[in-house]
Amino acid sequence: MDFFTFVQLGDASVRMAIPLLLACLAGLFSERAGIFDIGLEGKMLAAAFLAAAVSFTTGSVWVGLLAGIAISVTLSLIHGIASITFRGNQLISGVAINFFAAGLTVVIAQGWFAQGGRTPSLPREARFGSVDFPGALTRVRDKMQASPGMQFYSEFISGHSILVYLGLLTVPLSWWILYRTRFGLRLRAVGEAPEAVDTAGISVVRLRFSAVIIAGILCGIAGAYLSTAVQAGFTKDMTANRGFIALAALIFAKWRPWYALGACLLFGLFFAIDNRFQNIQLQVIWIMVLLIGVSVLMTSWAARKEKIDLWVLGGLSAVLTLIALLAWRGAVTDEIGAMAALFETVKVPSQLIQSLPYLFVVIVLAGFVGKAIPPRAGGQPYVKER
Amino acid sequence: MDGMPKWADVVLVPVISLILAAIISVIVFMAIGQNPWEAIKLMAYGAVGTSDFLGYTLFYATNFIFTGLCVAVAFHASLFNIGGEGQVLLGGLGAAIVCIFIPWPHWTLALVAGSAAAALFGALWVVIPAYLQARRGSHIVITTIMFNFMASGLLIFMLAGPLKPAGTMQVATGIFPEATHLPSLHDLAGVFGLDLFGRSPVNISIFLALAACVGVWALIWHTRLGFEIRALGRSESAAKYSGISAVNITMIALLISGGLAGMMAVNNTMGINSPQLVDNAAGGAGFIGIAVALMGRNHPVGIVIAALLFGALYQGGAELSAATSVQVQIVVVIQALVIMFTGALDEMVRSPIRKIFLRMDRSSVAGE
Repeated sequence: MDFFTFVQLGDASVRMAIPLLLACLAGLFSERAGIFDIGLEGKMLAAAFLAAAVSFTTGSVWVGLLAGIAISVTLSLIHGIASITFRGNQLISGVAINFFAAGLTVVIAQGWFAQGGRTPSLPREARFGSVDFPGALTRVRDKMQASPGMQFYSEFISGHSILVYLGLLTVPLSWWILYRTRFGLRLRAVGEAPEAVDTAGISVVRLRFSAVIIAGILCGIAGAYLSTAVQAGFTKDMTANRGFIALAALIFAKWRPWYALGACLLFGLFFAIDNRFQNIQLQVIWIMVLLIGVSVLMTSWAARKEKIDLWVLGGLSAVLTLIALLAWRGAVTDEIGAMAALFETVKVPSQLIQSLPYLFVVIVLAGFVGKAIPPRAGGQPYVKER
Repeated sequence: MDGMPKWADVVLVPVISLILAAIISVIVFMAIGQNPWEAIKLMAYGAVGTSDFLGYTLFYATNFIFTGLCVAVAFHASLFNIGGEGQVLLGGLGAAIVCIFIPWPHWTLALVAGSAAAALFGALWVVIPAYLQARRGSHIVITTIMFNFMASGLLIFMLAGPLKPAGTMQVATGIFPEATHLPSLHDLAGVFGLDLFGRSPVNISIFLALAACVGVWALIWHTRLGFEIRALGRSESAAKYSGISAVNITMIALLISGGLAGMMAVNNTMGINSPQLVDNAAGGAGFIGIAVALMGRNHPVGIVIAALLFGALYQGGAELSAATSVQVQIVVVIQALVIMFTGALDEMVRSPIRKIFLRMDRSSVAGE
């Protein structure tokens, strides 16, 4: 792998990370105010559809962006009404919004454009083009022959859509709002101890509604980015679980903006690696060391705890060990012996690579690697004392 | 509940929620330029118009009974098992492995072993989320969502690799051996000299679903374990003080829930006309279970009714999209509306009704 491959990989990671990052920050504002939001996916999807549809119809991508934000905020308000005003179950409301968006986008796209639930392909002027910085090379062939510094500048720094730069700017902005303004302090307080905020004479309802509206705006931008910058138009289920991966990143980031950037870039890197290298190989011995090592660690930890820990983690260890042995067995052929098979390489299933973000979250949630503690009042509707 | 008679809680509130969902659906139909009345007629005909269509409706309803029970059992313990989708896929894997690798002499044995394996695999898939919820306090909703994604990854890996018969292109197992095919209700009706349900895949696992309903009813309301599950769901601290182990009950409730979801695989892998396991075997049924459980008020009787309704909606929606340009995703929209109104906006529907009943109470007291 040469330097340019690395630069390209970094470039792709950033590209993949931006919608995750925007959705993750959306979740951050919402959850910091005590409103769980598993409807991020639905809001992004709805925004992706409307942004593409309106951009196509009006020919202006900025109008499309606004339309995307508008629909996303509308869904946020529905979520707010259900979970703040009527104190309903926030998780159920989020689930409903996800399905609502998944179904309605396709149905309306068919009614509007009659192309099987897609929008037509957007022309160049109805999309967010790439912003080329002064002096940056734009053609791949030129870039490959340029100096490393120039490659880095042209591929990694320059040439993204304006929304990428905007998205990156939301990180310091979110940090500043949350930690350096009065509004941010109150927002965080309302997610930890709403009764205290209420006692201070500040409206819990208004604060929580502002938080879900901010979440709506951010999800709107994320959705519009997907359909008007990454791709040219909306296709069915185009968000591809990014809303849930963003939630995962949020937990990984422990509900903090800068960490969210790191988590999203990491998950972006997973996707970039998966896209670029279809064929990842690993020596059998490393698979064995990894899986059996984890098994031994888990079992020995569980052995010192209660019986149920030993049952569950011991069982899991047995499964992992079995997988390791199967991988070894699979590599053994008649020509090479069992020992030589240890040094054979086997292909890591691409499904496993794609599942890595999810696996990561479960490991983080398990709390063995730094415990993630959510905002204390998260998920609970606030009932004013009478 | 407070100030509301039981019938209002059990019947009136869900019916009003359903009407609200229907009104919005009508608006959606009008927005896409489809005559709502025509659409409803088409859907009703598609759902129950012929014996064949009715069979499909019952087939889908069987699926939704299982997933509805899965969500309901967890709800009784105040747990939201959103992972039905993944547990169904794993259940399918269990059923497929049992059917393909063991030569069964007769379908009755295959049914017993297949449902046991499906339930076992479904339950195993929820072990880790359940354990993390019970022992580490990790939120079950997030972990089960993640396990859904991992389940579909695992299934595709298995179907594209180890379980794929040589020389086929489809990402699926081969057709299961003849001896494991479950008799369809069409065959069963044939025994009595009737010609019902045409080529629809509805099969004897519908009786398994009904048996599961009775089982869940007996478990939740007539056993010590069911009492402990409900006690934990109502108040964790009260349950703990009365000596109930929160860890054990959480685990057990979720394992039962996962097992029920897994058993759906009996219907949609072993029961279909050409029994095999395909990718996307769950087809969203795990999520429809949420709507079914909410609408059925977590009671088996309610779940059967809601499952029939959703079965009809699913089948009617498929026929509607075949006959018109409306996409089949309209079903997902209606499903979302039902979840929204019966689940999250419950209080919006409930509180005006409660007020009306309170006023009626007061006026009757004043009149005496």
